[in-house]
Order: sequence, then structure tokens, then C-alpha cells
Amino acid sequence: MSEGTGDRDEEVLTSDHVLEYPYSRSVGPVIGAFLTGLRDGRILGVTSPDGRVVVPPTEYDPTTGEATGDLVEVGPEGTVESWAWVVSPLPQHPLDHPFAWVLVKLDGADTAVLHVLDAPGPDAVSTGMRVRPHFVEEDERVGRIQDIAAFVPVAGSAS
Amino acid sequence: MPTPPSPRRGRRPVAVVSFAQADNVRRESHHNEVETLMPVFAELFAKTGSGITKDDIDFICSGSTDYLIGGPFSFVAALDAIGVYPPRRESHVEMDAAWALYEAWVALQDEGVDTALVYGFGKSSLGQLHKILSLQLDPYVMAPLWPDPVSLAALQARTLLDAGTASEADFAAVAARSRRAALENPKAQVAYDRTVEQLLAEEYVVAPLRRHALPPITDGAAAVVLAAGTRAFEWAERPAWITGIDHRIETHALGARDLASSPSTARAGLEAGVGDGPVDVAELHAPFAHQELILAAALGLGEGVDLNPSGGALAANALMAGGLIRIGEAATRVMDGRAGRAVAHATSGPVLQHNLVTVLEGV
Amino acid sequence: MSAGEGGADAAPEENTERAPVTMLSTPMRLEYLFSAGIAQSKNLRGLAEGKFIGQRCPVCRKVYMPSRGSCPVDGVPTDEVVELGNTGTVTTFCVVNVPFAGQSIEIPYICAMVLLDGADISFMGLIQEIPTDEVRMGLRVEAVWVPTEELRPSMASVKYFRPSGEPDADYESYKDYT
Repeated sequence: MSEGTGDRDEEVLTSDHVLEYPYSRSVGPVIGAFLTGLRDGRILGVTSPDGRVVVPPTEYDPTTGEATGDLVEVGPEGTVESWAWVVSPLPQHPLDHPFAWVLVKLDGADTAVLHVLDAPGPDAVSTGMRVRPHFVEEDERVGRIQDIAAFVPVAGSAS
Repeated sequence: MPTPPSPRRGRRPVAVVSFAQADNVRRESHHNEVETLMPVFAELFAKTGSGITKDDIDFICSGSTDYLIGGPFSFVAALDAIGVYPPRRESHVEMDAAWALYEAWVALQDEGVDTALVYGFGKSSLGQLHKILSLQLDPYVMAPLWPDPVSLAALQARTLLDAGTASEADFAAVAARSRRAALENPKAQVAYDRTVEQLLAEEYVVAPLRRHALPPITDGAAAVVLAAGTRAFEWAERPAWITGIDHRIETHALGARDLASSPSTARAGLEAGVGDGPVDVAELHAPFAHQELILAAALGLGEGVDLNPSGGALAANALMAGGLIRIGEAATRVMDGRAGRAVAHATSGPVLQHNLVTVLEGV
Repeated sequence: MSAGEGGADAAPEENTERAPVTMLSTPMRLEYLFSAGIAQSKNLRGLAEGKFIGQRCPVCRKVYMPSRGSCPVDGVPTDEVVELGNTGTVTTFCVVNVPFAGQSIEIPYICAMVLLDGADISFMGLIQEIPTDEVRMGLRVEAVWVPTEELRPSMASVKYFRPSGEPDADYESYKDYT
């Protein structure tokens, strides 16, 4: 316990406190398929009854609530729908140097996936630019969103 | 005695009859949540000028989240601030207290439940707020990347720029107007008089958002008393009648949402009857400057509406109480006659996922 | 690039090379500053001095130890500070046979609710220096504190409670506190 500072007559005691949980989640067949795809270096989406392709796949259509159908491969390339440039990454962020968050609509998908874009600077990023996923080494992939280390600009495409 | 206006939905008219809040500060380093709430309740009851006490309250509902303090059932401890032994009828939402108000409104539709105390509180200074708020995201494909609320808000702000519906100067104008209005609010945390040019000279935090477009981190608490039917006239000369109240939520899947607009706010506003009459004042719960533009558009609020005269969430952003404070601030202006018809909005979840809209009227 | 939160966990056993992914590891760690508030700080400081410090409600006059600063009945600040003694009564108890991680006490052990003389709520304490089958409601006990140099602002300053040697308290005297 340490004494808290204050400009009042009573000083309060404080202490550090940590909540830490391991959490192991069962993912089910739909998210499981998506994660399995990532482990295998592919990105999967799911078709909804109205014909849209939802990525990442959900068990139910996000708008209508109807059960989704078959899995389909999308990408690997996609288009940036929106972006935000992080000037000073926080310790928990995926990259430890300035980067962009991006919402990427992969080719064949009707919804965007959130990830990070590793680019030289904010001037190299724009809505509409083409990007592709950079996967970690195959033997390091376990089936999680971080199996994609980051998206990177497609070489030669206009930014 | 005037006739309470009939609500759009529901059987009984319900009104806000009192509102009080703690000082909004960056860090309340002395008082715990209970010690913060007790003077708020004392002021809340005193303001009615009718000698009411907690024993006149039929139902208590609070909003808070244990994740801010890092301890389970922390909201139960807060009940010591009102005293719940012998046992009282009470409930809690692990959300902004605006939704505790919604639950209280539902409870008050029952004959026999005539009065309610609604309160919200949270000390954002105690924990790693940006990590805590990341945990409300999809745990499988989003939260593991730990996107913080500023980053998500920046993604949303970019969509407005891309659509051409707003500019960075528009964001700064919202911030300048809000912080200037906050100079008149003794409870505000961040208040200043700066120009758009001065604000645009700031560095980006997460582009396109600069510091001025972000909410402060706040420790705070607030409370409201609701009363149903003519009972409200015993506690307020001019109650703020809730003539409409509705809330709607969008999908959890961020990439499937239209971030440039707020369809859930538009729908809630429609169901609450915002467009049924003129709006004098609107308190919109927009923690990020660009979000006020989205919300005002979603609710169809035009030029003549006094937006966030309190300074809004840019002036003080007490998590779990901020939405209730919007309702309280709007209600206060109805009760003191500055407004005849007011709109109050509250938001929950990442980038305006879940939205509640109320319409408050005086008679 | 950084390793990210929690590091790269090894795939759970179900995730073999060919088998579909069925589990996802999502560890989280949140750091907090716990702030005791004014009333609890008084109590904790008292414990660091080997004293039980409570607070009295100005309305119902009940004494709470420990106190969070308000009366749970009246909802008003309990500003009057009261120092309580070391003796009290066991109002209820249980015999614990379940071991837990980090435990340092031999099982079976007695966990009891102790009503200190002068207090209006009881709190949990460990009972020692008596065979477990002899512990009973009404048993009069006294606090045994840790050595002076180990005192700190925590209930851990109270090592345990042991029989005080007084005759058992009458049920009437504590029945409203069970």
C-alpha cells in the first residue's frame, strides 16, 4: 500500500491490482473454419441468404439474422474502405512502430475486416488503395487473426 | 394541476423530477464510489424541495461496470450510498445508466411503482481504459488485435471525410463550440475558448483525430429521480416528461456497419418521436467530436437546435454516467423553462453501436 | 513487429496439422490502481497499528467494522470513528476441508464470522488454538495479531482468533447478528 497524494486532510491508501485471465475459447464450426483457413494461409467468408459474402464469417447474417450458408474463399487482395494512422502505438497494439488501422474489403467480400496496415507513413495510405495480407511463417501459424501479421500495400498500385 | 402528456408508448407518463451529478474530474483520488455518490443523492433529493428521502423511492436502478474498478460486484457496494437494508426493489445494468433509466421507465409502467432512483458512476482513472474498452469487441477476430476506442473512432471519422460530408475543420468546430459552452458548466472538466485554427494546429493522435476531438478521461457519477403520473408534480413544479424513449443496436461485426451514419440512432429517434415537434435543445452523447455530426444528422436536427449546451461528452466523459447526464442536462433545461421540448441521446458499445433516444417535454 | 499481447501460444492439442481449429487462446491482463477511499483507509491504517477501527452511523448509531464510509441502512456518511477492542463472539462458523492454491493453513480449519464487542456487523476470521470439533456459536474469542514488525494495512495483520477463556455468549446477545 502506498499513501496517495492529495490536497485534502485525509490521505487514502492505494495499491496495485492486476486482473489476468488465460481464456481458452471454443470457436465453433464457422469461426473455427475462418481460423483454420488463416492457419492454412487463406481467408474465408460465409454466404448469407441474400447473396452477400460476410467476412469474417458469422453464424448469422449481421443485418437480417438469418443463418448463413456455405464458406467461400475471398481475397487475398482487397481494397481499403477506411483507415486511421496511429502516431504512437500502444503497447498492446499489433505493431510497435506507427501504422494504420484499416477496414479491408477483400475481393469477393461484401463486408470489411479490421486489421493493421504496415506502410511507410500516412501519405502512403488512402481509401481505395489495394492491399494484401502478409502471413507469418507457416510453422508459426496457429489459427488466429494474428496469423496475418499485417496487411501491406500491393506493390505498384496507386495510393 | 396540468395534465401529464401521454407518452408515445407505454401506459403511464413518466417524468424526470430531479438531476444531480458529482464534479467531473480527471482523477478522484480521495473518495471511493460510495463516498462520491452520497453527496450526489443528498443534492438530488434536496433539489426537489419537497423533503423526499430514499424511503419515498419504489425502485432503484444503477448503471456501472466492474471492469472500471477491476473488482466483481462493485456495483453492489455502491448501494451502501443509498441504504438497501431492509431489502429494496433494485436492479443494475452493466452499461451506461441511461439504460438503467430505461429499465426504471419500464418498471414505472406498473401501477404501484411510482418513483425511481437511477444512478450511474465510474472511475475511469483506475484502470487501463483503452484496454478495458477493447474487451467489448468481438473476442475472436477483433479484440486480439486490441484496437482502442480512439483508433476505432478515427476509422469512423475517416469515413465522413471520404464521403465529403464533413471536414477536419468541422470536427474542430464541434470541439471549440462544446468546450466554450462548457465554460458555463460548473461540472465540466474540460472547458476553454479556442478557435478552430488553434485546434487544427494540434498534432494528430490517431489521424484524422487530434486531441481536441477526443473525450477526456473522467471520474464521475450522476443520478436522476423519475416519477410516474401526477406524483411527479409533488416533486417538481415543471417535470420533464418522457414522451418518447427507444433504443436500438447495430451488429457486432464492425466491418458490416455503416460507420458514416447511425442507423440505430435514426431508428430510435423515429420510434421516440423526435420529429413529432420542434426541438429546442439536444444533448447528444458524442464522446468524439465527429460523432456529434453523425448523430445530429441521424436525428434530423436542424440549425435552430441548441446542441450540447452542457459541453457534452467532450467536456466530461464519465463512463457509465455520461448518457444519463445527457438526459439530466436536457431535463434540467425543460424543468427550468429554458426549453419546451428537448432530445437526449446516450450511446454504448464501440463507435455508436447502441443508441438510446428520449424526448423530454414540459407542460 | 512486436509479439503482441500474450505472445504466440502453442496451439492446443486439438489443433493438429490437419484437424480444424476448435479452440482459440485469448489471454488478457488489466492493471489497476485500487483506491481504498477515505473510510477504508482509516480502517486499514488501524490494522497497521494493531487496532480495529470502525465507524458509527449518525442516524441508527450502528458501528460498522470494516466500514466503506456509509451506513447500508440509512445511506448517510458514517463519519464518527470508533476504536473497537480485541474480543468478540463467534456468530457462525464452518469447517473447511478443501485445499486451495497458495494455502498456508493446515486443513481442516475453522472459518468463522466474528462479532467484535461494540460492532454491529461481523466479519470473517480464522479460528485457531482450539480443536475444530469444539468450535461453537457463542464462543468468546480474542484477536491474535502478527508480530509488530509484520503489521501492515491489511486484514492479514490479524493472524487469527483464539478462545478468550470467557464463558460462551448468550444466544440472545448475538442472535440479531447471525
